[in-house]
Amino acid sequence: MNARAEILAKVRAATGAHRVRGDMAAPGAVTARADQAGSAVAGGAGARPAPESVLPRPGDQRPNGLRGRPRRPRGQVVTLFAERVAARRCVLRHVTADEIAVTMAAMLWAIDAASVAVPAGLPGAWTAGLEGVRLLPGDPVSGPAPEADAAVTGCRLAIAETGTVVLDGGRGQGRRALSLAPPHHLCVVHADQIVGTVRDAIDRLDPYRPLTWLSEAPPGHTLRVLLAEG
Amino acid sequence: MRFADAARAGLTDAGARRARRRAAAERAGQAGMDGGPPGRELLRQAGAAIRDRTLRELGTHLRTLETAVRDEGGAVHWARDAAEARLVVSGLLPAGDVPGLVASDVTREIGLDGPPAGPHARTAVIGAAFLVAETGSLVVADEGLAFPRTVIAVAGIEDVVPRWSDLEVLLRLLPAAGGLPAAVSTRTGGLQLVLVDNGRTRALADETGRAALRCIHCGACRDVCPVYERAGPRPYGPGPAGPIGAVLVPLRRGVEGAMEASLPFASTLCGACADVCPVKIDIPGLLVELRGRVVDSRRRRPVPTPEALLMRGVAWAMTDEGRYERTLARRARWARLFARDGRIVWLPGPLGRWTQARDLPAPPRQTFRAWWRRRA
Repeated sequence: MNARAEILAKVRAATGAHRVRGDMAAPGAVTARADQAGSAVAGGAGARPAPESVLPRPGDQRPNGLRGRPRRPRGQVVTLFAERVAARRCVLRHVTADEIAVTMAAMLWAIDAASVAVPAGLPGAWTAGLEGVRLLPGDPVSGPAPEADAAVTGCRLAIAETGTVVLDGGRGQGRRALSLAPPHHLCVVHADQIVGTVRDAIDRLDPYRPLTWLSEAPPGHTLRVLLAEG
Repeated sequence: MRFADAARAGLTDAGARRARRRAAAERAGQAGMDGGPPGRELLRQAGAAIRDRTLRELGTHLRTLETAVRDEGGAVHWARDAAEARLVVSGLLPAGDVPGLVASDVTREIGLDGPPAGPHARTAVIGAAFLVAETGSLVVADEGLAFPRTVIAVAGIEDVVPRWSDLEVLLRLLPAAGGLPAAVSTRTGGLQLVLVDNGRTRALADETGRAALRCIHCGACRDVCPVYERAGPRPYGPGPAGPIGAVLVPLRRGVEGAMEASLPFASTLCGACADVCPVKIDIPGLLVELRGRVVDSRRRRPVPTPEALLMRGVAWAMTDEGRYERTLARRARWARLFARDGRIVWLPGPLGRWTQARDLPAPPRQTFRAWWRRRA
């Protein structure tokens, strides 16, 4: 008997009471996927089926037993995010959208950055105010030039209750290595990207994208958040 | 080697002990409040329920996971024990490539080592935190991870999580302080996944012991354990260190070996681990249960242990009133011979191991029963 068959047989024997369910599950799962695929086609051909748990659910009861809490007002969410980021030893700057370039330049100047890794799709306006700083475009395959002093990225979303920024490798974020390799990471978060809870984040994030959740700067690195409002 | 013997060397290393205490205090201090943030208890209940349900239907979830990983262009490999797991991993490595390693309880258990994975590693062997069955996603709580082109993920069969939305609960239970781990990375697609049994099905078949497989490898029980603080990770052997290791290793491998049999006793039963466990594993209760099994397994030996002989003697003496009184009087007289100033601080032979660390009061000249009879 090969390892797979042997282990699965032992699991079945160990969880005896559920043997029938275990054996029935394979065809059931296939049907569920097919149903989802059907509904996903409406959203656009070739779209991946959404996982069962992030599809709309009747009622507010989560399958994991947690009950949703009432939504916080928008202003509170932003304030909470700022508080939590500051509490987790990350630098946070409040800026308006047209101050991003100036603040970015000042922050890079303060950390003495001579070269900055920028991911594909980063808004050009963010780095427009930089003088005497080399921009190193992040290569989507091999990652950033290793000598970059800092990385500038956007994010997919941010979570208020935990002070977390989440990157999914999309436009303006680059591969994980791009934000990890340089010692300093400047992340621009727009106020409307902030969600209240981990639950909201889980619902919005696409599990099929490579996700990176940063709640604290890794050891030996810094994380600076530019919180853009208005 | 027995836990006590393996621990002796580390006990004198005060520096390592201080470092362990400092690191634990720092992790606990991030909470900033006693008992964790509000809602923590609800989260723990949800976490324990998710893990219990997962284990009850483990076969289903493993098959769903396998299908999902395959659908996303990956493959699942199965390993019955540590040796097979090492073999599978080395077979998956591209020739001539030195992989980076993201260590976890499982990678340590099966004896993998290598340089830590840096941002530029092309191949990495990664100890998974969770595997999401419905999406086939690998979840890692780690900052040193750039997710290189080739990822070989290693996980125990119990590390599967049914739904993507379960992460909402489980990720928040990982840091003792609440919130989320400093960094979390997920990846779906192109995974080479190695699922390790190595005795887990044995623990799963154990009605009482199954609860220990709820463990999400957060390390909180280590941080509060007075025994771990003094002994360090090494005496716990190849499994996870700390109280959960003292439970899981005997459950996975049985209590016949000397090391496995000694682990349930490597605890003061103070209960701190059960208080902090995010998935509510009753570690002290399981340790007591396992101690019973160790004693039971030794009952069948042809040569009884000294404790068994002693207990048999006590049982013989205590089943008859006259025998009991005579034994008591005789033993008390002997014991008084070793007393100095009303305390016994030294005993001969194997009994001396007790008095190495403790003393006891000398028995009085008159037994309680004799005194009672004289009063009446």
